[in-house]
Amino acid sequence: MPDHLLEIEDLHKSFGETEVLKGVDFTMDKGDVVSVIGSSGSGKTTLLRCINMLEEFEGGTIRIEGEVIGYTTAGGHRRRKPEKEIARQRALTGMAFQQFNLFPHMSAIDNVTLGLIKVKKLPKEEARAVAMRWLDRVGLGERAGHYPGQLSGGQQQRVAIARAIAMNPHLMLFDEVTSALDPELVNEVLQVIRSLAEDGMSMLLVTHEMRFAHEVSDIVVFMNDGVIAEMGNPREIFPNPSTRRLAEFLKTSSFN
Amino acid sequence: MGYTLNFDAVWRSFDLLLAGLALGLALAFAAILLGCVIGLVTAFALLAKSRMARMPAGLYVTIIRNTPILVLILFTYFALPELGIRLGKIESFILTLAIYSGAYLAEVFRGGLLAIPPGLREAGLAIGLTEMQIRTSIIVPLMIRNVLPSLGSTIISLFKDTSLAAAIAVPELTFEARKINVETFRVIETWIVASLMYVATCTALAAIMRKVEQRLTVPR
Repeated sequence: MPDHLLEIEDLHKSFGETEVLKGVDFTMDKGDVVSVIGSSGSGKTTLLRCINMLEEFEGGTIRIEGEVIGYTTAGGHRRRKPEKEIARQRALTGMAFQQFNLFPHMSAIDNVTLGLIKVKKLPKEEARAVAMRWLDRVGLGERAGHYPGQLSGGQQQRVAIARAIAMNPHLMLFDEVTSALDPELVNEVLQVIRSLAEDGMSMLLVTHEMRFAHEVSDIVVFMNDGVIAEMGNPREIFPNPSTRRLAEFLKTSSFN
Repeated sequence: MGYTLNFDAVWRSFDLLLAGLALGLALAFAAILLGCVIGLVTAFALLAKSRMARMPAGLYVTIIRNTPILVLILFTYFALPELGIRLGKIESFILTLAIYSGAYLAEVFRGGLLAIPPGLREAGLAIGLTEMQIRTSIIVPLMIRNVLPSLGSTIISLFKDTSLAAAIAVPELTFEARKINVETFRVIETWIVASLMYVATCTALAAIMRKVEQRLTVPR
């Protein structure tokens, strides 16, 4: 049996005394588009950040294509993998952040080529060609020389997505990528994500855009209080939630 | 008050003053360069997670910043030889000013580092950069931009501190000026000229720093 793209087993994560993830089990396969929804504090973003080791976690395992992420266990001792190894594993995934996090002292194209040159070790010219291809793809080829401060929020987020995807990740993680945007800029970003989904890119999105989650996702995961309370095809669970929590959540969220 | 200003004696020895100024600039340049390295390492240590890194860095900054620089200069030059560490006047002064500037620059750099949003490091990690690559490509270039305004005044103040090298007979501007006025008794003239030379140099340094700042400003 081939390995799942992403396999999470009994994931536990605490911040100090507060347990944020209380045993999350989840799998997704290549090409899946999965949206994680839930109220703030339910652990969605933390779950995403554990997958690329931006957060350490105390219990459970995460596998990407069968490879155990972040930790090795030998003789009952769990140890963090060496930084070099973790850096390599992080490159298996790409991430787009709520706050874009573009490098402000670099032009759009330099933001994209940095990883291609330093991590993928591409020659400069080749890196620029790859970067241009992706900037064109997100509709910003003409702005390649602009600095983040010269771009709108929506444009910055599209550059950030291009930066992540140019690295050719096996799984894209989107962390509330439209939450910091003015309403009129949300659509241009969603449009980019939608077209990537149509291309078969595997992605895991944390989002508050219920309508969008409903439209693009194969699976919606509803998190509540640190566990997955319900998951399934949005066309089935949105009209007929089987838990009361999801029903309440859907009622109070913008989707109706 | 029958004093008439007469700069002749000062002009005759002006090349000495110029040589002194050049030496002062060279001392400051060497010390600040070294101080920047010390300051950068210390700044990262001050912000490190590990107490083992923070403790010595904090101790260094506290001790050096709370000791008058003249005392440090005299200590390095006169006391260290007693402990078997013998340095020439110039080396001794550069070392002292480097250690002194390192402590100040560490604090300047620390401020610059704190102003960088943590999300940028995470974005670097997310594309697979190592911590070291993130520091060299993202954190340090941004930190330098953040600190340029205060770095300028720190550099100027460190340059002025080179006048204290006169205390251990390093022939920089202040030392030469004192020599000239001892030899010629043209006290007022000598110190006026020396002061103006300091003012002119510091003004030029400030202008250079402003140029660098403009150069590095990110378009927005």
